[in-house]
Amino acid sequence: MKKALSLLLAGSMVLSLAACGGSKDTTTTTDSSSASSDAAGSDTFKIGGTGPITGGAAIYGNAVKNGIQIAVDEINAAGGINGYQIDYNFQDDEHDAEKAVNAYNNLKDWGMQVLIGTTTSAPCIAVVEKTHEDNMFQITPSGTAVECVQYDNAYRMCFSDPTQGTESAKYIGENGMAQKVAVIYDSSDVYSTGIYEAFAEEAANQPFEIVSVEAFTADNKTDFSVQVQKSKDAGADLLFMPFYYTEASLVLAECNKQGYEPTFFGCDGMDGILGVENFDTALAEGLTFLAPFVAKSEDEQVQSFVSKYEEAYGETPNQFAADAYDCVYVVKAAIEAAGATPDMSVSDLCDAMKAAMADVSYSGITGKDITWGEDGEPNKAPLVVKVVDGEYTEL
Amino acid sequence: MKKMSKQLRSNLITYGIVVAAYIIVTFCMQAGMVSSLLKGLLVPLCVYVILAISLNLTVGILGELSLGHAGFMCAGAFSSALFSKITADVIQPAGLRFFLALLIGTVVAAIFGLLIGIPVLRLKGDYLAIVTLAFGEIIKNVVNVVFLGRDSAGFHMSTKDSISLGLEPGGQVLIKGPQGITGTPNDSTFLIGIILILVTLFIVINLINSRTGRAIMAIRDNRIAAESVGIDITKYKLLAFSVSAALAGTAGVLYAHNLSTLIALPKNFGYNMSIMILVFVVLGGIGNIRGSIIAAVVLTLLPEMLRALNDYRMLIYAVVLIATMIFTSSQGGQEIQERMKAFFKRRSKAEEGK
Amino acid sequence: MIGFISYLVNGISLGSVYALIALGYTMVYGIAKMLNFAHGDVIMIGAYVVFTTVSGMGLPPVLGVLISVVACTVLGVLIERIAYKPLRKASKLAVLITAIGVSYFLQNVALLIYGANTKSFTSVVTVPALKLMDGQLVLSGETIVTVLACLIIMAGLMLFMKYSKSGRAMLAVSEDSGAAQLMGVNVNATIALTFAIGSALAAIAGVLMCSSYPALTPYTGAMPGIKAFVAAVFGGIGSIPGAFIGGILLGIIEILSKAYISSQLADAIVFAVLIVVLLVKPTGLLGKQIQEKV
Repeated sequence: MKKALSLLLAGSMVLSLAACGGSKDTTTTTDSSSASSDAAGSDTFKIGGTGPITGGAAIYGNAVKNGIQIAVDEINAAGGINGYQIDYNFQDDEHDAEKAVNAYNNLKDWGMQVLIGTTTSAPCIAVVEKTHEDNMFQITPSGTAVECVQYDNAYRMCFSDPTQGTESAKYIGENGMAQKVAVIYDSSDVYSTGIYEAFAEEAANQPFEIVSVEAFTADNKTDFSVQVQKSKDAGADLLFMPFYYTEASLVLAECNKQGYEPTFFGCDGMDGILGVENFDTALAEGLTFLAPFVAKSEDEQVQSFVSKYEEAYGETPNQFAADAYDCVYVVKAAIEAAGATPDMSVSDLCDAMKAAMADVSYSGITGKDITWGEDGEPNKAPLVVKVVDGEYTEL
Repeated sequence: MKKMSKQLRSNLITYGIVVAAYIIVTFCMQAGMVSSLLKGLLVPLCVYVILAISLNLTVGILGELSLGHAGFMCAGAFSSALFSKITADVIQPAGLRFFLALLIGTVVAAIFGLLIGIPVLRLKGDYLAIVTLAFGEIIKNVVNVVFLGRDSAGFHMSTKDSISLGLEPGGQVLIKGPQGITGTPNDSTFLIGIILILVTLFIVINLINSRTGRAIMAIRDNRIAAESVGIDITKYKLLAFSVSAALAGTAGVLYAHNLSTLIALPKNFGYNMSIMILVFVVLGGIGNIRGSIIAAVVLTLLPEMLRALNDYRMLIYAVVLIATMIFTSSQGGQEIQERMKAFFKRRSKAEEGK
Repeated sequence: MIGFISYLVNGISLGSVYALIALGYTMVYGIAKMLNFAHGDVIMIGAYVVFTTVSGMGLPPVLGVLISVVACTVLGVLIERIAYKPLRKASKLAVLITAIGVSYFLQNVALLIYGANTKSFTSVVTVPALKLMDGQLVLSGETIVTVLACLIIMAGLMLFMKYSKSGRAMLAVSEDSGAAQLMGVNVNATIALTFAIGSALAAIAGVLMCSSYPALTPYTGAMPGIKAFVAAVFGGIGSIPGAFIGGILLGIIEILSKAYISSQLADAIVFAVLIVVLLVKPTGLLGKQIQEKV
């Protein structure tokens, strides 16, 4: 009886699979036909985005998703790119390489012509392989690992990990901020490790000494008592924290608990710490970090973006949202410079945009007069941000 | 004799489904009817199918709950990816290299299975489950702290960071701790995946229907009775466990050579993945190989099908999971199934009567 | 030396959180004989309820915690009624998978309601920190309260099991649910009560965990949940004092291996110790040895 039951179950699953497959095939055919008709007489640019909107990294994906949305709405309201409107679609990649490739393929089926993504580094390395194969123009707002832009079709809006680590070490050294430095980093995270390694390398040339290096992992980031205590015991007067603000809020609370008061130096992932609902901002007093964007800046573009974002999503945008917003305008600038139209094939569009990128100089909310080298890296100066009286302040 | 042929027929159907799936998909691809999403999913589908079949060997046939299956996959993936990366320029053609990588990944996972199986299989039930979970997490953790580099002086290893490898200029970092291995050649194809599924099926089905398989199932059904008729418990348990681990390693090789970046995250090689494979096995029917294949395919496709729902995607996935479990395993659900079956039987009889 | 002692204190502080979660795990496992993988997520929900009521609506912390306990109790009973009860006669694996489904469900519901952004949890503990040896050793108020809560709950549970009627009914169900039913014990009600108590404990655990480690996201409960599960197995799953000892030991081992061996390998070491313990004592430190019937 049981066997018969399992057979029935299997049978029903085959049926459901067949149904799935069947419906899939039909949707695909309609998709591809609509895609080809789009390519022939299309009147919109199809821009896709990917990032995690579920799972532990969902904060970053959501910020990117919303940032792109605001830029797309603005551009569409102002008449689009070269007179063509933008169609925008964002897919979840769960911060997983395999799911990111799925998300990318899904967007391709939708007819994507330009990819703004992915949000996080590890999936980005997998996806850039695919965009390279398809020769699709890709610009990542926040994929910081070096390999994210290893091909000529890929560009980046944020700083790369090595740039940030080196710049941070230089800044600390040149301003005589510390004699002894302790580092805590997330060894299971590409971003954090990348910054740390560059920082340690540059530290050798700087007038300070790294006295303690402690790591934590994604599975073990609830309790920071040991890492903080070791930094304290090593007598460090500056604590370098190259990781995101969720963990930073815990580290700061732990330092406070242990009565340890070094100078805190973070990275651009710290942006947003003051926006953590209910966070005691006194803990972050004096925290300094290099960032491309400060929501409190008096810059007109920034203010307009921040107020729109706050109105739409009820929270202050972080640098992920800002980078994503700029990405859309960079895409616009490149398309306009290339004089491209939506009826071009993905590959032709990419070649045209690549050629145009060499001459694009863009001023946005994450930097002024940004240009891109052949390696896809942006040339822009980082801002130094310090938390004073519970507010981000530009130094 | 009649029973035998029935079994044979059932097995042939299983092989048939796989081959038919390949032919249909290939045909559709030729006709340009397959979306990019499905094309990208073909190799992962093969990976999950192999994982589900291999875990079913442990859970269904051996009757032990393992929550560390992803650990073996991890071992296979990393060992083979490392091999491929080192020999990418040395061994040509790529096919031969990938074949060797497959062997290496499988053998490494089998060794892990054997080493872990010896202590683990002494335990029972939930305690065995938790120890397999522990081993899986240990493998993932250890992989995450290994740094391996190569320069003209040979290989350098460290557990700290890539700076302490002390490489000469021009040296290459092969494994970068938590950043894993990048630049693995993309050798996996759908055809290879299907062939590996068939090989896996062949191994597992033959194992089940052999003298060994009957011994293993005897242990599952009544260990003490099996022991009393002279079955070497340890030997057979270990055999089933390591074959299962080896096949998971094969799946790992396929996985590693499908993406150019290989990172051991909680999501892909942690207990989350082990549990997901377990879900395939349980949903497909414990001990039912064909069920595992179908469940793996359906459950991998489901979240992708739900992409249009965006924010509600994973929520619906969870609801479907709970609902399916209740429908298939609860008494109420089974009664409904019985009634449905009776209804269809009656109808088909009525139609015959016409 | 002072370093070692303060690591030890940190270990107890972390361990007491594990112990508190493990008590709920072990309760449910001991009586219902199921691994409730959704336990960690009930903890997360408990913490969110306190966050909403105390930080959002400005209610006093005590009231917030009470509301949270009630909410989690209701949630626990509902989960049991809808997802687990229909599977009472099904295989253990089917229930395990359903529990995982419930876990995903709770995480995604929290994600939809509260979004992915981290919330900073204000500690509900007002007990001042204890400073010993000229302030070199700090025992935070949260640690003191958590350890006390653990001890009180542990003692309460043990007394409840031993002396109350429903407690003894639980023991009977855990021993042999079929026989218990024949003796007039309402098995369904007893298991529902177990879930109610387990979930109420989860709410308290959630509040105290987030008071000590104040970052709250929809995934906050997942990893501590697994660790607490390990702690429960470590001490002998089903045993109430075992869960406490297992939790504390696990916390200490984790902190000491972070401090003296490697902060990246701490989890691996914890799991390795677990394996060794189980190989020596296959049912955990205080677990009952079950004789196999021929």
